[in-house]
Amino acid sequence: MLLPLLRIELYKIFRRPRTYISFGAIAAIVWLVQIALKFDGPAYIDLLLNNIKESFLINADLKHKILNGYLICFVILNTILIQMPLLVALVAGDSIAGEANMGTLRLSMTKPIGRTQYILVKFLASVIYTVMLLVWMALLALFGSMLIFGTNDLIVMRSDSIEQMRAYDVVWRYLAAFCYAAVALSAVAALAFLLSVLAENSIGPIIATMSIIIVFTILSEMNIPIYDETVKPWLFTTHMVAWKGFFYVKTDAEGVTIDGSIQNLPAIFRSLSILLGYIILFAGTATWIFRKKDILS
Amino acid sequence: MKTIYIIFLTLFITGKGFSQSADEAIKKVKARLEKVNDYQAVGKMKTNVIFIKAPIANIKVYYKRPDKLRINNEQGISFVPKGSVNINLNNVFLNTEGFDIIDMGKEAKSGFRIIKLLPRDENSDVVLSTLHIDEVNGLVMRARTTTRDNGTYELQMSYGRYADFGLADKVILEFNTKEYKLPKGVTFDYDDGSKKPPTDKMNNKKGKVEIVYTSYTINKGVSDSVFK
Repeated sequence: MLLPLLRIELYKIFRRPRTYISFGAIAAIVWLVQIALKFDGPAYIDLLLNNIKESFLINADLKHKILNGYLICFVILNTILIQMPLLVALVAGDSIAGEANMGTLRLSMTKPIGRTQYILVKFLASVIYTVMLLVWMALLALFGSMLIFGTNDLIVMRSDSIEQMRAYDVVWRYLAAFCYAAVALSAVAALAFLLSVLAENSIGPIIATMSIIIVFTILSEMNIPIYDETVKPWLFTTHMVAWKGFFYVKTDAEGVTIDGSIQNLPAIFRSLSILLGYIILFAGTATWIFRKKDILS
Repeated sequence: MKTIYIIFLTLFITGKGFSQSADEAIKKVKARLEKVNDYQAVGKMKTNVIFIKAPIANIKVYYKRPDKLRINNEQGISFVPKGSVNINLNNVFLNTEGFDIIDMGKEAKSGFRIIKLLPRDENSDVVLSTLHIDEVNGLVMRARTTTRDNGTYELQMSYGRYADFGLADKVILEFNTKEYKLPKGVTFDYDDGSKKPPTDKMNNKKGKVEIVYTSYTINKGVSDSVFK
């Protein structure tokens, strides 16, 4: 019963032209970043390596090597994964509230399906849409950049250090990062979905989701001790960037990186479990509210 | 009066002896280095800088007389310190006339002769070079170069199969670095709770690069295009 329902929900999502706005937006951002870095990449690298150029030889050859497909993908992920919650909220926030707004929710409930089944299928469809967005992004950002810029070692510039991974040690990290990002964005989808259950039109949940994410992201990025110890560890936005943990490498006693290693894998699992907790909390609450809700529209 | 005369004479002779030793030591080193017109060496480079986490790199080092030197990582990426051009001392020894030589005597522990080289050219980037020379074998074991703009570089050399050419099997280069910082608003780092190196370690502005050579191809010609 679940599968035909899911197929119908996916059909509904992918029949709407606005669904493809997200795919178009991702393609536009990816291509804009790729074009910008193709023509002005060395200046970007210059900016990032500005304060080590007095100690190291930063020549055109080095900049060209650093500016490879793996780095471009990292830059794109850094840019897009902050904007992507909006694209996810566009569909997840509309999921129940959109039906209520159109007056089709009551009609759907007259069919011989349980409310729990119905809402879980709706949520699953939002998650599948999120995953498809990520797959689309992976195709353009990772494989597209690899084709345009070629491959080499990946250099990740952090605020106080530079991480280097060998070319053969990168692709699995991206696969892991994309899987993690799918969970992180599913948490956003779950939040938008919960708000969608509470609303009668889709604009409210979409704007509310984005507002929550903006406030939480600002809190996550602020370095204020009172928030660092109390609020930050529990904000889901703090853990949404944990995909980067796959690009932080362990070193041996002499400071040489260990291939295939992750600096702090337990921390990534901790972040992952917090996000899964949020997904269960949001989706569970949405289900509980929906089961008890008077559906009048 | 006689005693004073003897003391002066002794000092004069000893001093002359010192400078002769310095000249001889330099001549001996120079004789080895002059055998090399160019080389292409294969090796591994280990970078130990507090803010760089890098793997061991497979590198090729190209040298051509008088002072062209290039370190290439043919497969991957390597951050090569600016002072690496000093890993070959030929540019100093092939132009000893450009320096005033000061003999500082012998190092007590190792017995290596310590020689200071002061460039005569006032505009030279090198302000002072201090060499520790193994007189018996005619090899430079340690060198410390202070530059006008790029701080101080220290070199430590170990020799083996290519000692006849004055070429080291292992070179350790220590150099000054500046603090590396990028705004967190640009990097959006993930705080995974990993312990940061202690502040005093982060303030250690010394970097180290270790090159272990596996082979040299000497005097077989190196194209100028490599150095572009």
